[in-house]
Amino acid sequence: MAGSADTVPIVRIAGVDKVFAGREGGRTTALSAIDLDIRPGEFVSLIGPSGCGKSTLLRVIGDLVQPTKGAVSVNGKTAEQARRDRDYGMVFQAPVLFDWRSVEDNVKLPLEILGKDKAWRAKRAKEMLELVELGDFTKHMPYQLSGGMQQRVAIARALSFEPRILLMDEPFGALDEMTRERMNDEVLRIWQQTGTTVVFVTHSIPEAVYLSSRVVVMSARPGRITRVVDIDLPRPRSEGSRETPRYFELITEVREALRAGGGDVDDAGTPSAARTMAEGAVG
Amino acid sequence: MSAAAGVAGRPAAEPSGPGGAGRAARAVRDYAPAVLVAVGGLLVWEAVIRLANLNAFILPAPSAIIGALIANWNGERFPLWQSALNTIIEAVGGFLIGTTAGVVVAFLAARWGGMRAMLLPLAIAANAIPIIAFAPLFNTWFGLLNPLSKMMMAAVLSFFPVMANVTRGLSGVDPSQIELMRSYAATQSTILRKVRIPNALPYFFTALKLASTLSLIGAIVAEYFGGQGSVLGRMIVQSASALKFDITWAAVSLAAIAGIVFYLVIALIERIAIPWHASSRSEG
Repeated sequence: MAGSADTVPIVRIAGVDKVFAGREGGRTTALSAIDLDIRPGEFVSLIGPSGCGKSTLLRVIGDLVQPTKGAVSVNGKTAEQARRDRDYGMVFQAPVLFDWRSVEDNVKLPLEILGKDKAWRAKRAKEMLELVELGDFTKHMPYQLSGGMQQRVAIARALSFEPRILLMDEPFGALDEMTRERMNDEVLRIWQQTGTTVVFVTHSIPEAVYLSSRVVVMSARPGRITRVVDIDLPRPRSEGSRETPRYFELITEVREALRAGGGDVDDAGTPSAARTMAEGAVG
Repeated sequence: MSAAAGVAGRPAAEPSGPGGAGRAARAVRDYAPAVLVAVGGLLVWEAVIRLANLNAFILPAPSAIIGALIANWNGERFPLWQSALNTIIEAVGGFLIGTTAGVVVAFLAARWGGMRAMLLPLAIAANAIPIIAFAPLFNTWFGLLNPLSKMMMAAVLSFFPVMANVTRGLSGVDPSQIELMRSYAATQSTILRKVRIPNALPYFFTALKLASTLSLIGAIVAEYFGGQGSVLGRMIVQSASALKFDITWAAVSLAAIAGIVFYLVIALIERIAIPWHASSRSEG
């Protein structure tokens, strides 16, 4: 389970705004007044309609996008320092494998950049590929793998250097439903084995509920957090968890939170958002 | 095939097929139709010339061309083999100069966006003009009898496709790959080495194949406008004006063979250098 409320957060997002300058001088507010604490070992999902800034928020945490206002700290460091310290493992919607590298060489890439020696790289790549159950495919080239397998390689690569935080941007959005559910179990198993903190962007409610310790519900224009739902389904979760009444209740709760956020219209609901988060509790 | 994405838990294809014997059999199967058509075409050509009793001035029969090739292989007036060698040296020299310059400029252009903005429109404009029209001028600039004048023609023709393609390969990297590298706090030079250069390799080889053909065209056309005697371009011009068209055809055939071999050598290097690229995969 997620750490208790008094644990020191590993990620602290305080008052973050992100405004993109568009063409012809137009400005888009992608994120507005984002406050969020993430505890070590937590599995937090960001969910919301397209354009709610969930991917931008993920990139702000990972120091791939600079906030216009506010700050992100990771273990008391700036996000930039955390990136330089290789605290982040990134997984995107596309596997982003390098065509010219074999499966194992893709997994070794971050280790090469970190300057790890050859024997260590080989050992880690083997362990990681076994972790994602691709131990028999180390010498294959990416084009020889299916989409789901490629994404598992991407996960192995992201974990290879033991980052403190795994940032996943709709990693299974391009997969069919069956593969996606299998990948969800895979990610849960890996999360439990490694104890990494995971921030997971998705637009699938069942996925968010099934995986997460907490689901952060966002709404669009401007992107903001409208609700944080604690997911108190017992761990370890499995197929059976998807059939419990509590699972359906939580799905309904997230769905209603999404609907209340609207995405279309006004900002009427915003003031409550911060309070809900602070309480971190759910009715 | 893209169907690969659908099947999870199973490789979409076996790693690059069986070894020697299977590969040879496949090569025969792949190329047999083309070889048959080529041989058939030559036979029809020969038959038509003989049956229609066509004048050799218009079109000599393949047998006559081969005969002229053998007779003049080390000929006094038309030394075809030595000429072919000299022309190939010019073409390959120009190819190397032009390719090197193209790669260097492409790296500079990829490194400095401002330079790219300045150079690329110029390169496109330069590519649109018939550079070959400059051949007589090149002869003046670099010396009519100096092989360098032919090399430079070949070099200029090779330069543009290499520069344009490699620039595109170095800068046209998937933005997610750059984001991923940034998340590892990789330096620009690491990104260049591990992402941009491998990404540019397929573009580079495409350009090399273009440049191989262009460099030979450049060398031969520059030779048409005068220069040292024993080169294919001079052989073609002189034999034609002496009405020895069978020798003209023999020289043209040598040029054609040189072009094809040059191209194939590069295609072979490409297969060895970037076996991961779609163009090199035997499964297609």
